[in-house]
Amino acid sequence: MTELTITGLTAGYGATRVLRGVDLTVPSGSLAAVLGPSGCGKTTLLRVVAGFLRPMAGEVKLGGRVVTSLAPERRRATVVPQEGALFPHLTVGANVGYGLPRAGRAQRVAEMLQLIGLAGFEKRKPAELSGGQQQRVALARALAPAPDLVLLDEPFSALDAGLRADLRADVRRVLRAAGTTALLVTHDQDEALSMADVVAVMRDGVVVQAGPPDDVYSRPVDLGVATFVGEAVLLPAVASGGSAASALGTIDLTAEATGSGTVLLRPEQVNPDLDGEGVIAKVLRTSFHGHDATVTLLAGETELVSRVPAPLRIAEGDNVRIRVSGRGRFYPAPMKDTRSTHDS
Amino acid sequence: MVQRSAARPRATGWLLAALPAVVVAVLPLVYLVLRATDQGWDVFWSIAARSRTAELTVNTVTLLAAVAVSAVVLGTAAAWAVTRTALPLRRLWTVLLVLPLAVPSYVAGFAWLSMDVVGFPGAWLALTTTNLPLVLLPVAAALRSADPALEEVSRSLGHGPWQTFLKVTLPRIWPSAVAGGLLVALYVLHDFGAVSLLRYETFTLGIQTAYAGSFDRTPAAVIGVVLVVLAILLALAEARMRGTTSARLGPGVARQAEPIRLRAASVPVLLGLGAIVVVSLGAPFGALVKWLGVGRTSIDTGALVSTTATTVQFAAFGALATIVLAVPVGFLAARHSSRPVRAVELAAYAGHALPGITVALALVFFGVRFAQPWYQQTPLLVLGYAALFLPIAISSVRTAVASAPVGVEDVARSLGRGRARVFGTVTLPLAAPGIAAGAALVFITCAKELPATLLLRPTGADTLATALWTKTGVSAFAEAAPYAALLVAVSAVPAILLEVSVFRSGRPEDAVLDSATRGAQS
Repeated sequence: MTELTITGLTAGYGATRVLRGVDLTVPSGSLAAVLGPSGCGKTTLLRVVAGFLRPMAGEVKLGGRVVTSLAPERRRATVVPQEGALFPHLTVGANVGYGLPRAGRAQRVAEMLQLIGLAGFEKRKPAELSGGQQQRVALARALAPAPDLVLLDEPFSALDAGLRADLRADVRRVLRAAGTTALLVTHDQDEALSMADVVAVMRDGVVVQAGPPDDVYSRPVDLGVATFVGEAVLLPAVASGGSAASALGTIDLTAEATGSGTVLLRPEQVNPDLDGEGVIAKVLRTSFHGHDATVTLLAGETELVSRVPAPLRIAEGDNVRIRVSGRGRFYPAPMKDTRSTHDS
Repeated sequence: MVQRSAARPRATGWLLAALPAVVVAVLPLVYLVLRATDQGWDVFWSIAARSRTAELTVNTVTLLAAVAVSAVVLGTAAAWAVTRTALPLRRLWTVLLVLPLAVPSYVAGFAWLSMDVVGFPGAWLALTTTNLPLVLLPVAAALRSADPALEEVSRSLGHGPWQTFLKVTLPRIWPSAVAGGLLVALYVLHDFGAVSLLRYETFTLGIQTAYAGSFDRTPAAVIGVVLVVLAILLALAEARMRGTTSARLGPGVARQAEPIRLRAASVPVLLGLGAIVVVSLGAPFGALVKWLGVGRTSIDTGALVSTTATTVQFAAFGALATIVLAVPVGFLAARHSSRPVRAVELAAYAGHALPGITVALALVFFGVRFAQPWYQQTPLLVLGYAALFLPIAISSVRTAVASAPVGVEDVARSLGRGRARVFGTVTLPLAAPGIAAGAALVFITCAKELPATLLLRPTGADTLATALWTKTGVSAFAEAAPYAALLVAVSAVPAILLEVSVFRSGRPEDAVLDSATRGAQS
């Protein structure tokens, strides 16, 4: 059992508190992504879990052991930093073997290089590797001592888009194969949602929501989380019972509510069509992404975004009808306040 | 976000390891003050208020101001000419203008003395020519890194080239020029080699005369304290000014401005640059060649070889001791920023401000009083070298350690290795080349050091610099010439490194700058 449990963690630098009571549980063998905008404290969280920074209060438990005040080298929690941070003076083999006992080192190194698809690279120097290869070696180095936990600090941010997608899939595969509990820190929604078993959204030094990716995406706890984990259509609305009146007409709600507030829809729930029923809107802009397209619409006074599958049958200036599929989530909070916390 | 790391070694242990460096750096300063006041503050003030002190102050300040102003004006103009104009052979001109850095001030003194230019004119020429590059290099770097778009905007808004230079270019390079000028002033204050040979009485020569010529050495100590106070003030001003320049310099590889076509103006510009090169390079090299020629049949090879051997030996001990003392301080400075660490670093930098002659004087007093067996023995000389050149070693170590990213140490810790093991297997191997380079720089700087060596060397031992100084002092120019030639060769190493570092990165590296300029003020 190597479950990671973080309770009431408070930490910071000098007098400034960056973490203000973080609670998070990562089940054994799963990958958790800590998602948040820059400055929310996610890297600080990783450094506290690794043991590089002493927390002011709270507890970190790893597989039932309390490790809060242990030195980094005694935690069995290894790190993969942003740009790999391979030891530049050591070969690839020596890098991967750095945390291993002498006995059986060469064999384990070969095994790890095999796992990441760089078999036979032992004698190379880090400088001779591409960015993606360096990142793989950094992962192999972190996994080689069979740690209880691997901490990944935005490990893909320095790579270009194509490479990033490949490497994400590879890292996922390697981590699954090793069965290691892992904590990934990222500001990239796509990365968090596509890779993680658990997504923890951080804001202002606390975890505001944690759960399976689908849960966080479709049932965000507030509008800040809603807009951060994906594109959102926010409509001022008045709810009564199971539905709400808005600029797009009457929208079915996920739960009963009354009073004025905001309805959350995802762009893929907004379906514009040249004919049919529904509210009339004007197409302001379209941008084509290949697999789908985003369309900016003006319905009355309200601007909203829609995502439609390719091929695109509508063009700028068209008048369309909007059909809403599925249900919307209703948030009674006034729209302004939640917006500003998200923007900050 | 600030990258702080628990993976760095614990500060307390390292602070203890850094203590010896602080003691070595601060001991001369403290003991000089104690010695100057050991007959009471009354005696101190009565000596400090003598007309002799006033006379030395006037002489020193006159020379300092004259040299600093000429260096700033000529250095800025020359820097502009070699960076912004379509001058033929710009790169060659740059090299020729920077090369005088390889001429230690005592070699320039040797040259002008052999041509009978002495007193203020001689000292002014010798020090202006050798220090000019200290303004030229930073200003040229500032000009090269300044975004030419600003000047283009000014031109497009209707300002002529002159107005643009005054309103846009000059304000941007001014901090670099002033910082360079203050550094020049500091080194004029430090200089002993040129003024002693050319017989122009500044503080340093006054101290040496008072020390050698009288049984009561208190006046020497008192003048030393006055000099040290001035030097510290100048050094602080220079550090402050340099702090403002770094913020103005952009990344090194800015787009270069279109060079200005000089047309008819190129004649006076070329003549001006030519005159600078003739005076600053032609004079010393001319004198060297002439006297080497005169004395070529009677070179005492045996003495030359044994002096070189002595020089190498002293410099090697000096470099070794200095780098060993510097490693903990440089490591702390790179990895740990806290108030005690900054205090340690600042204290260890005392040698940057202190003139060599005052450090030597303080150590002589200290040796006579507390370390009699060391007096006029190698250990005291090595101590003097360490006190003077710790800043060079520390900035080398700091740069070397800082270039090893904190991330790799954190990774090493997380892989289960303890602090000491991580230092040994990761930090030290990564920093080793930089530390070795620092040791080499200290070695070269020790090898050309004059005033401290003169006072602290073991009886009868001569280094290249002291031999040159002694022979030149009795006008044995032909005998002195081979020593001067060797010293120029030694000094050329940091001068070339400085030129390269400024033109590559746009900023002089502290250690190289210190090492190169310590030649000009020896």
